[in-house]
Amino acid sequence: MSDAPTSAAPAITDAERAELRRHGILLTSLQELYTWGCSHSVWPLNFGLACCAIEMIAASMAKFDIARFGSEVFRPSPRQADLLIVSGTVTKKMAPQVIRLWNQMPEPKYCIAMGACAISGGPFKQGYNVLKGIDRFIPVDIYIPGCPPRPEALLHGLVQLQEKIKGFQIKGPDAPRHLQTADAGEYPVPEFGAHDLEPPHNPAVWTAPTIVRSEKG
Amino acid sequence: MESIEQIRDRLLAQFPRAQLAVVANPGPAAQHGLLLDHEHAAAIARFLRDDPALRLDQCSNVTGIDWPEKEIVETTKSTVPDPAGGPAKVVETKTKRLQPGCLEVVYHLYSVTHGHGPVILRLRTGNRTDAVAVPSLTPVWRACEFQEREVFDLFGVTFTGHPDLRRILMWDGFKDFPMRKDYVEPDDYEWEPTPHGAVLEKAKVHYPAPAPAAPAPTAVPPPPAG
Repeated sequence: MSDAPTSAAPAITDAERAELRRHGILLTSLQELYTWGCSHSVWPLNFGLACCAIEMIAASMAKFDIARFGSEVFRPSPRQADLLIVSGTVTKKMAPQVIRLWNQMPEPKYCIAMGACAISGGPFKQGYNVLKGIDRFIPVDIYIPGCPPRPEALLHGLVQLQEKIKGFQIKGPDAPRHLQTADAGEYPVPEFGAHDLEPPHNPAVWTAPTIVRSEKG
Repeated sequence: MESIEQIRDRLLAQFPRAQLAVVANPGPAAQHGLLLDHEHAAAIARFLRDDPALRLDQCSNVTGIDWPEKEIVETTKSTVPDPAGGPAKVVETKTKRLQPGCLEVVYHLYSVTHGHGPVILRLRTGNRTDAVAVPSLTPVWRACEFQEREVFDLFGVTFTGHPDLRRILMWDGFKDFPMRKDYVEPDDYEWEPTPHGAVLEKAKVHYPAPAPAAPAPTAVPPPPAG
């Protein structure tokens, strides 16, 4: 990767590259090739939690055909998967297993929080047994709202993720997590405590938002 | 199907020492229950299952009820004659008494053979703290097994005679009983766009309002990372 261009001085602009491409001359960089390859072969983990998983299954079937975007290969093992689609309610009892699956996936890996439950706990937010968002423990790349989101929304989320991957810098401080040498790549799995998960969230990933309440609210 | 009173009378004829009470349901469903004593519960359940006229062979639902201690104020009116000879005065006296709390288990029974039901059985614990055992009806209806485990998990009722009494929904090390009225959930309050009621009180604790002199800031949550 030593010959990858730095982000500071692009040797050729996008318009020039497109112009050359129209004339049959393909100019690329290692970074472009790398992110292009990553973004078009995002293999999801074959993993569903609740009703959102039904929509995920529908997205993989013929009518919506997630294969158009290179993600038809649902892997049954986290070792072979790139994308964790947290599709449904994450109960506190299930949360350690979800985080364990995430830890077992090799980098580069991405996470989509699909539906209201995976984002925030959804209709069960005030309950005692549901995790109030998977982003309390693992980093989430794309949030897809909905209850459940339609397959089109999942496909849109996938395309957004592909755009995000295409924007990655493979060198420098903006490089994604897995190219940072300092990153341990392991997320702590919470224990079952007497009253709640311990810890209830991963402080390295999530902190409670600080909101100044207005006098009216 | 026989009425609950007829069933009670037949049961009393069969089990003369049993303590049975009909618990009326004042709602429109009018599904009155039969409160059983612990000693005869299993024998009565077996009788209801095997009796040819009833044949309640399916236990469709087991659930729990938490009855916390309740202070009941009773108002009694009494007429006091006026010593001066005027009209008698009506005096209201209020007496307070503490109704002890208990946990209740409710069984809904149906007959697949005869196509009738439900017959509702109720069992009550002595209190909500140390005498929380009731006899298990799993030996009579196998379908009770998981549902009694659920009542044990969420209400903390222990079923004597249950073959495998463990928590079923929450994890084994969990200490609380979430469906009890006095359960306090872990305080992981985060944010609510339009808090009201109890949630507003939590919001005030977590996010105190700014000083009145400061200009009112906008309460906008930060966009989620990523």
